[in-house]
Amino acid sequence: MAQALPNDGVMRAADGTPLKVALARAGRAERLKAVALVLPLFAFIIFSFVVPIFIMLYNSVYDPDVAENMPRTVLALKTWDGKDLPPEEVFAAFVADMKTAQQNKQTALIGKRLNYEMSGIRSKVVATGRKIGSIEAAPYRDQVIAIDKVWGQPETWATIKRSSSDYTPFYILSMLDLRQTPDGSIEAVPADRAIYRSILARTLGISLLVTLLTLVLGYPVAYLLATSPQRTASILMIFVLLPFWTSLLVRTTAWMVLMTDGGVFAGLLHFTGITWFLNLTGVLNGEPQLFKTRFATVVAMTHIQLPFTLLPIYSVMKTISPTYMRAAKSLGGTPFYSFLRVYMPQTLPGVAAGCLLTFILCLGYYITPAIVGGPTDQMISGFIERAINSENNWGKASALGVILLTATLILYYVYNKLVGIDRMKLG
Amino acid sequence: MAVPAYYTRGETVIYYAVRVFVALVLLFLIAPILAVMPLSFNSESFFTYPMPGLSLKWYDDFFFNPRWSGSVKMSFLVAIATTILATALGTLAALGLARANFPAKATVMAILISPMIVPVIISAVGMFKFYASLDLVGTRLGIILAHTALATPFVVITVTATLASFDRTLMRAGASCGAAPHTVFFKVVMPLILPGMISGALFAFVTSFDEVVVVLFLASPEDRTLPLQMFSGIREMISPTITAAATVLVLISTAMLVALELLRRRSERLRGVAPG
Repeated sequence: MAQALPNDGVMRAADGTPLKVALARAGRAERLKAVALVLPLFAFIIFSFVVPIFIMLYNSVYDPDVAENMPRTVLALKTWDGKDLPPEEVFAAFVADMKTAQQNKQTALIGKRLNYEMSGIRSKVVATGRKIGSIEAAPYRDQVIAIDKVWGQPETWATIKRSSSDYTPFYILSMLDLRQTPDGSIEAVPADRAIYRSILARTLGISLLVTLLTLVLGYPVAYLLATSPQRTASILMIFVLLPFWTSLLVRTTAWMVLMTDGGVFAGLLHFTGITWFLNLTGVLNGEPQLFKTRFATVVAMTHIQLPFTLLPIYSVMKTISPTYMRAAKSLGGTPFYSFLRVYMPQTLPGVAAGCLLTFILCLGYYITPAIVGGPTDQMISGFIERAINSENNWGKASALGVILLTATLILYYVYNKLVGIDRMKLG
Repeated sequence: MAVPAYYTRGETVIYYAVRVFVALVLLFLIAPILAVMPLSFNSESFFTYPMPGLSLKWYDDFFFNPRWSGSVKMSFLVAIATTILATALGTLAALGLARANFPAKATVMAILISPMIVPVIISAVGMFKFYASLDLVGTRLGIILAHTALATPFVVITVTATLASFDRTLMRAGASCGAAPHTVFFKVVMPLILPGMISGALFAFVTSFDEVVVVLFLASPEDRTLPLQMFSGIREMISPTITAAATVLVLISTAMLVALELLRRRSERLRGVAPG
């Protein structure tokens, strides 16, 4: 027998619980189930992707080499005013620290870290470490300075003091060609040592140029694809999708093969008379050098990115009814005017989406400039790779990573507002 | 394609100019890929036409030199493992995300998609350092885990897109007919979202199969994938075998493209969008 339900006007489920409570319970169960489904991937991404990246980015400000290996010196420098040479206690602490560091074979590490801020000091630190054992009793100051004059300069001690914290803004600042002066203010580095801003500018410049080229080349193609009859459009689409689906490495390889000295591209330029023409006008002297140039980099990147710009424009154009153009023309607009004032404004969302996507992807290019570009065509990613594989400088790699990632995330935020990231077209 | 009769002379000129321009752009897109393929049959080891003679020796090198054939095996192994892992994890997550009032949906989605957004060099360097502390650098497991992270966003996106047009009352209908949840999934949901799952799986496969930068950091020198073997080959010593490798890869991606296109047509036909 079902028990009698109280007649209080509350809607109830079959088992007598008020409907509101039953619904909330069902909703909670449903939500738990949803979370349980997402959890495996979420945990996996956090563990295998998000945590590694955060650890890496942390390296751009975390730098304990000096603090760990010169603890007594760092402590003694705390009270130093930074104006004159540090007092005798600092030198005493320095001698003690260097002796320990020499025993633990850490002097090279200290030297390497200090060398980032004071070039040429690395060998002096290592040499001092080797000789430090001969100092046995006070006074320390003159004996230390006798080993190397560099210890007699207040600037050296200011550098040690500055790098004594576990955290340093040094890497990020220097990747923007800025540095901290001994008194803590921030200034631009001298022009002859400012190299990183030009790398950033180069990365932005190449990305912008490639984006513009893909737009100029892609827009008419998208237009024709969107307005042609279905059958023609499907055939034309193959020309766009086949390169799109071919791996980036294969396409870069293709350009490398075509652009090698005396390769197919040079032959084509020769055959069409372009080489002759360029020689005639004095732009060129002899055969063109294509491989390992900016030209090759931009051409290959444009080729690879063209479908990324073109496809979003195409999908927007597909939604524009041809009646608008007919209406504009029948109202007396010239073809050009109608296109400019009626058709083109409607394609702008697609243009923005395609260009933004291409620009973002260009910022992170590594493979293509590495293969077809010369040393002066490498972009940020290339310098990150080099900082790790050739220089073993994690602070530098991480700081460049912070800059690249920040730029990318800001642009993706804009992209997301504009298009919606989960609606990104995949082929 | 004839010009409509009512076009003015100016319009006719533009009409043909646009078509010529587009033809040149399409040529620019396809020509580099096509131009490389015949060079893989060159009997001499240089990269230009006319070729003095034909030969299959670069294919012989590609298929029978253990450096190349080993890398092909390695690539398939890694890509297949990645595809299975990514498709399973990604499909489950997409199913969860598609449920009503999922908590903090936008944030969770952003985190799940982040591997697709972060420049790959940053992912590679971060994983290199972290995986080194777990002794995963130089192992196949490390590469598979890294590739799975990079590939899942594509599965999540494609399956989510398929689920958007999925009628959820079908699941209730299945349940009310007495089917257990897993039966509902395998008998009702999966057949309907299969095109999305397969195209997600294809994307995952291609992502792993084509990936160079992460393996550049994570792979051991003896155990290279095909793209890494090509990349190192280009940097160390250019051998025409890379043109043979490129040709094979183009054929594989063409097969992928055809498979995806067939899937798209099938799902459109099922939804009654496209004519037969």
